[in-house]
Amino acid sequence: MLEAAELECERGGRILFRGLSFALRGGELLRLAGPNGSGKTSLLRILCGLLSPTSGYVSWEGAEIRRLREEYSKQLVYIGHAPAVKDDLTAAENLAITCRLAGLAVSSRTIQHALDRFGLPHNPVPARRLSQGQRRRAALARLALSESLPLWLLDEPFSALDAEAARLTEETIARHVAHGATVVYTTHQEAKIEAAVARVIDLGAQA
Amino acid sequence: MLAAARCIVYRDLLLALRRRSDVATALLFFVIVTSLFPLGIGAEPNLLRSIAPGVIWVAALLSSMLSLGRVFAADHADGTLEQLLLSSEPLGVIAAAKAFAHWLVSGLPLVLIAPLIALQYDLPATLFGVLALSLLLGTPVLSMIGAIGAALTLGLRGGGVLLSLLVLPLYVPVLIMGAGSVDMAAAGLAPDGQLLLLAALLIVAAAFAPWAIAAALRISVE
Repeated sequence: MLEAAELECERGGRILFRGLSFALRGGELLRLAGPNGSGKTSLLRILCGLLSPTSGYVSWEGAEIRRLREEYSKQLVYIGHAPAVKDDLTAAENLAITCRLAGLAVSSRTIQHALDRFGLPHNPVPARRLSQGQRRRAALARLALSESLPLWLLDEPFSALDAEAARLTEETIARHVAHGATVVYTTHQEAKIEAAVARVIDLGAQA
Repeated sequence: MLAAARCIVYRDLLLALRRRSDVATALLFFVIVTSLFPLGIGAEPNLLRSIAPGVIWVAALLSSMLSLGRVFAADHADGTLEQLLLSSEPLGVIAAAKAFAHWLVSGLPLVLIAPLIALQYDLPATLFGVLALSLLLGTPVLSMIGAIGAALTLGLRGGGVLLSLLVLPLYVPVLIMGAGSVDMAAAGLAPDGQLLLLAALLIVAAAFAPWAIAAALRISVE
């Protein structure tokens, strides 16, 4: 269970949100909404432990994530604004390295399979030659290999994606939630993700 | 734990291989700077012999610093640094692997080419071993101290200049010990003392630098 208690975040002298508390069980989907600059990305970064909140804390299965550190990192996938794809490596190399660092055992066959699913070319071209949308797909292909991890934190997963890739991502997320995982994501687009428990936190209304 | 470290070293070496010009720049810088002195001073073997250790070491220092900016900056820009921070292994291990990869790419070539450079200074062949050994012990310390500075100045405007101001004073003990050991050997004395001190510096740096780099990275990414 992911629990946030009395979170407050201040960036550049401005308070983005204050007194934000929520708890997410497995199988729950949370969408963070709000206009640009309302603190969606900051909240996601707080949830994955990259940013410390001004006050309050985040806990995972009852223990504070600050203490858990890599024990917590092992459980989650964070896909940020930047696609985290190395320009000089191919999509397959990028994916293999990201997964190995995340502690996931992957074979070259499962990697090819994941890339296929996200419609990426087989020929070994460096990511530099891929389009913006294809890079995004290369980053999201990681989701196909992370089905064993109980927490996904996705920052704007649908940006730069075409309709087909967006639908595929929605399906992947919906399936993961149905399997009992927790997913938190932000988006500006209208996403139709089916989930038994789908919640929304509007940071714009909070401030 | 070793698997993650190996993965980082493999990744950084692969990236260096795909961008050979970056590696060549630092090495060529070292070669050119050390070659300028004999050209500028002229054929005065005694003077050249006496300045050789100092010049080679200073050039190694500057060349190692030249490539520091890239240690974390590229990872920071494309978002992979965040993924490194969220990896399944302690950040200290990742940081140590990054520093080691930096040394393999920018320090080790200097160790290998230094004897060749020393020829230009008419350094006796008996000193080549001491010179290479002092560089072998000293350059990893430069990479580790430098990585702390690189992590601290990450994402700052004008970070490059700040980095050199921050890191160069910290390089001084390594420079004194490194150049000193070759000077000792040239004077016919045993360089063991200086070399052992360099080795001690290396051990201390290896023990503490990774955690300092990790702490600096956490601050910079926030």
